Amino acid sequence: METCFDFSKCGDDPKVYVYPTDGPVSATYRKVLSVIRESKYATRDPNEACLFLPAVDTLDADPLSSEHIPDVAQRLSRLPHWKNGRNHLVFNLYAGTWPDYAENALGFDSGEAILARASASETIFRDGFDISLPLFHKEHPERGGAAPAATANPFPAPKKHLLAFKGKRYVHGIGSETRNSLWHLHDGNNLILVTTCRHGKSWKDLRDERCDEDNKEYDKFDYEQLLSNSTFCLVARGRRLGSYRFLEALAAGCVPVLLSNGWRLPFDERIDWRRAVIWADERLLLQVPELVRSVPPERILALRQQTQLLWEQYFSSIEKIVFTTIELLFERILAHRSSRQRDALIWNASPGALGTLATYGDSRAHFPVAAIAPVAPPAPSPPPIPLPVPSVPSTAPPPTLGETFTALLYVQATSPALHKLLANIASSEFCEKVVLVWDSERAAPTLKTLPRMVGDVRDPLPVVVIDATTHYPGEGVSARWQPLWAIPTAAVFSLDGDAPLLAEELDFAFQVWQHFPERIVGYPARSHYWDEAKGAWGYSSKWGGAYSMVLPGAALVHRAALALYGAAAPALRLAVRRARNCEDILLNCLVAHYTRRPPLKLAQRRRYKPAHHRYRSSWTDPEHFVQRQSCLNTFAAAWGYMPLMRSILRLDPILFKDPVSTLRKKYRKMELLTS
Amino acid sequence: MLPGTAPNYETVIKLNTSKAIIAGSGFDTWTFRYGFDISLPLYSQIATGIDNTQPKQKSYLIISTQQNIPDDYLAELQNIASSSNDLLLLGRCKTESNRMDNTKRCEYTTGRVFNYPDILKEGLFCLVVRSARLTQSILMDILASQCIPIIVADTIVLPFNSHVDWHRISLYIPEENIKNLLRIVHSVSKERRGELFWQLRWVYERYFASIKKITLTTLEIINEKVFPLAARMYEEWNMPEHLYGPVNPLFLPVTAPKSPGFTAVILTYDRVESLFILIRKLVKTPSLAKILVVWNNQKKDPPPSSEWPVVNKPLKVIRTKENKLSNRFFPYDEIETECQLTIDDDIVMLTPDELEFGFDVWREFPDRIVGFPSRLHVWDNVTASWKYHSEWTNQISMVLTGAAFHHKIWSWYYTYKMPAEIRSWVDEHFNCEDIAMNFLVANITRKPPIKVTPRKKFKCPECTNTEMLSADARHMSQRSSCIDRFARIYGNMALKPVEFRADPLQYRENSGIPQLYPDIGAL
Repeated sequence: METCFDFSKCGDDPKVYVYPTDGPVSATYRKVLSVIRESKYATRDPNEACLFLPAVDTLDADPLSSEHIPDVAQRLSRLPHWKNGRNHLVFNLYAGTWPDYAENALGFDSGEAILARASASETIFRDGFDISLPLFHKEHPERGGAAPAATANPFPAPKKHLLAFKGKRYVHGIGSETRNSLWHLHDGNNLILVTTCRHGKSWKDLRDERCDEDNKEYDKFDYEQLLSNSTFCLVARGRRLGSYRFLEALAAGCVPVLLSNGWRLPFDERIDWRRAVIWADERLLLQVPELVRSVPPERILALRQQTQLLWEQYFSSIEKIVFTTIELLFERILAHRSSRQRDALIWNASPGALGTLATYGDSRAHFPVAAIAPVAPPAPSPPPIPLPVPSVPSTAPPPTLGETFTALLYVQATSPALHKLLANIASSEFCEKVVLVWDSERAAPTLKTLPRMVGDVRDPLPVVVIDATTHYPGEGVSARWQPLWAIPTAAVFSLDGDAPLLAEELDFAFQVWQHFPERIVGYPARSHYWDEAKGAWGYSSKWGGAYSMVLPGAALVHRAALALYGAAAPALRLAVRRARNCEDILLNCLVAHYTRRPPLKLAQRRRYKPAHHRYRSSWTDPEHFVQRQSCLNTFAAAWGYMPLMRSILRLDPILFKDPVSTLRKKYRKMELLTS
Repeated sequence: MLPGTAPNYETVIKLNTSKAIIAGSGFDTWTFRYGFDISLPLYSQIATGIDNTQPKQKSYLIISTQQNIPDDYLAELQNIASSSNDLLLLGRCKTESNRMDNTKRCEYTTGRVFNYPDILKEGLFCLVVRSARLTQSILMDILASQCIPIIVADTIVLPFNSHVDWHRISLYIPEENIKNLLRIVHSVSKERRGELFWQLRWVYERYFASIKKITLTTLEIINEKVFPLAARMYEEWNMPEHLYGPVNPLFLPVTAPKSPGFTAVILTYDRVESLFILIRKLVKTPSLAKILVVWNNQKKDPPPSSEWPVVNKPLKVIRTKENKLSNRFFPYDEIETECQLTIDDDIVMLTPDELEFGFDVWREFPDRIVGFPSRLHVWDNVTASWKYHSEWTNQISMVLTGAAFHHKIWSWYYTYKMPAEIRSWVDEHFNCEDIAMNFLVANITRKPPIKVTPRKKFKCPECTNTEMLSADARHMSQRSSCIDRFARIYGNMALKPVEFRADPLQYRENSGIPQLYPDIGAL
């Protein structure tokens, strides 16, 4: 990267410039271009771009292929900013052609461009510069993508077959050797390895003496069935090193056993494939059965879970594959500029790199993780700094394991309800600070501190009032989550100015959230449903047995989740700005999309209905519901699927509404006030 | 270890190595053959003499003690050192004899003399900059001194980079960014500093501290290439358990599927009557897939099949060889679902709705114990020991396995991975198997169990208030001492109290909408 890449064009927020399309482009490449153009990475101004993406389709360099686009070399060199490929990203899925499938036969000189390529081998791959891609089908979805197939984790896995392979056999030529020998391992029961020579126009001329027998066995088994009924799936090289079945096996939760010597696995710069695949050796084919038999069941359990995790995070759609490519590159740039990158465990665990902003923090302690790891003891303190520091040190985000939360209020008008809420916040045990976002044309209230209750000896609670109309003009309702700079804790209690919450409820919610920092934890629940009649998603505040959203009008959210909201795709943000509504739905969708977990609703004191007031009388307004419904559908369309997940449970204080004396209950007011 | 010589300083040994693997130090990214060669540290005799003591406070933020820094980089550093006290820039001492004294360093500006390598321990960060060679032997001195290295050497291939994650023990600054040294170091958060610092010595002692360790690490890496199955995971290479805790075997964030349901495992001795009542009640739970009766009585045969209740779900009786409590947690092959319900043979008061809801809650938290009766551990200031608490409390830290759902992997862990000391104690004293299970899961997952709604009078011996009667007093004090003992064995109190439980969404509400689990919580 140091030699062939110009870092000076990449600032703190690097951008990608996609050239305008002129000329033939395959359907797949059109999808690649469109996901980037609509992403947060895109810029329309080549002068502010760090990375350039040619609209010249370089995916298929095989002249025998129907998807092959000619004259690529010439069109690349004519690009106005090409400069021998410097700071350009070039995608390639298929290099070379029959008979030798040479990897360097791309049909053009990539110059100093970074190659994101499938089927790369160790010998040609430029470590730390190129990016290895997975091979994916033409039908691979642009967005959304299939959910992982194997969400059950039985132990030990009761699968019908141990190892499976069903595929073409080439008989002659490069890559044929491995597949030609597979029949030796086939036992028709535990090990299913079936091949066919029946492909291509002239297979009958090329066939060998095994073809007829192979074809017979081949027809006995169904490919999809094999994927879901086997513990391991053999991923043997094809003509090229990569094959479609790698992703297919991954999606099905069938642990890939690789027979493809020298292949650089997709995104192996950061993805630790030891967790998800088993490497075998093409030269030692006959050892494969022994190899897979000796994998202990607890390792199989881990491998299978990891296939599902990786599939969902990085591979299930073209969007994810392309975004991962860009995140890898941008992380290199960040490492170059600021000497920081995401922890290896962030890449290889939930919610993954796409669900974690690289610039947000530099320690795992800054991010919300389901199982809170013990925090490393502090290093010996550095010396006090006697001289002024030449540059302003950038502030690090607060660690997750905090003892306190920040109340983040969104207020459009003062009301008795607001005063009541502020008084309750002031008597909360865990609130450290109040940040009040004032979104109104009236002058913001001047408030520096909140007085404590009589008898409470603590110092007054500090308050910061932020006028949204001057600080974040044009942001609309999204402004409520902008002032992260004012928030000194990982826990953020997002509140509507008129949320009817008691101090007890604030504190109970915080106690619960500390165990689920990756989720939204709070009071007002909503749900979504599929409306058959309209063929669209519906939004409902009348939940029956389940809910899928907890509105951050009264909920705790991790500060890092709000940062993700700030970095959401432009289309999503635009929908919120246009509707002047739905920011709470979007936050729910975002968190669900990245964590794949539902939010948590807490004990119901009474039906949460924000009091009717002048500026946001929306709750009784049917128009408001229609709008929220349409937001839900916009979001689902932008992601390509409905990210929300349902939950059937509610978390209550231990003795909630139990027939024991209220004096024994810690959270007794939550019950006493029940209407 | 030192390939090449002046003036070119090649980064790889100039021999015809043919197909040999090269284990060497000094590689750059151009000569290192990824996945084949092995990058070694440049051994330093000085480093082996550095002990593991540390000062309480570091006197300098950044120290540079290197004597051969290239002139232009040195100029940058001098520039920084002249305007900030954060960088202590040391170089060769000017002696009259012009003799090299490797035990002394002198500050460029003031000439103050410092002892080497002792001074390294005084720094929180220590610089190592490329020179004619990419790799410098002071890197090992720095690691041994537990000073966080700042590496400035473009295209360097760091020692054992295929397995040791250098991001966890060092900062890497591109050469062109050396001028931003202070900005970068200041931006390192408190938390990251702690992680880097504590990781350092551990990594050094494990992989670098002696020729023997370096050699064994090299062989280990080759072994992993030849036998990929023997490969240790990233955590084993890079995450000391004393800093990060064990790895959760259930890490996929999912709601477990409803189908194929759960398997009920009933441990029974001779209470046939209540066992049969329980079986008849259990089969009414929609998601029950199978019942497994673990017959723990060697003196008496189970009743003949004709006497068992006729039920519409598979039922299987397993006879054990020994009357041990741990038999309830054996990972029987007959448990084919991922979820198992362990239930005592006298817990006949749970309704199908309650069990179904419990299972649905477990599905949302498949790596935890989810169950009905709960308990708490508390610290007793008088006796300075942990106590078992079963009164109605506002907190819980355990869910008793007299009626609880858990993933089958925990049974496997209980049988094969739990400290043997705990298992044998449980079997000898016929008590505390449930406490042991709670410790086991809490220790690995660092997550508390989930208590599910109904407050019931559980009839089992230790579940009701009768347990405070004098006959059970010994049993109770034994349970207190279990908690104390297990906490000692694990080296920490793995249990964590929580203040919440899981209720159905509409529990005790009259919203007019039909309840999903109507029959819950009645006494």
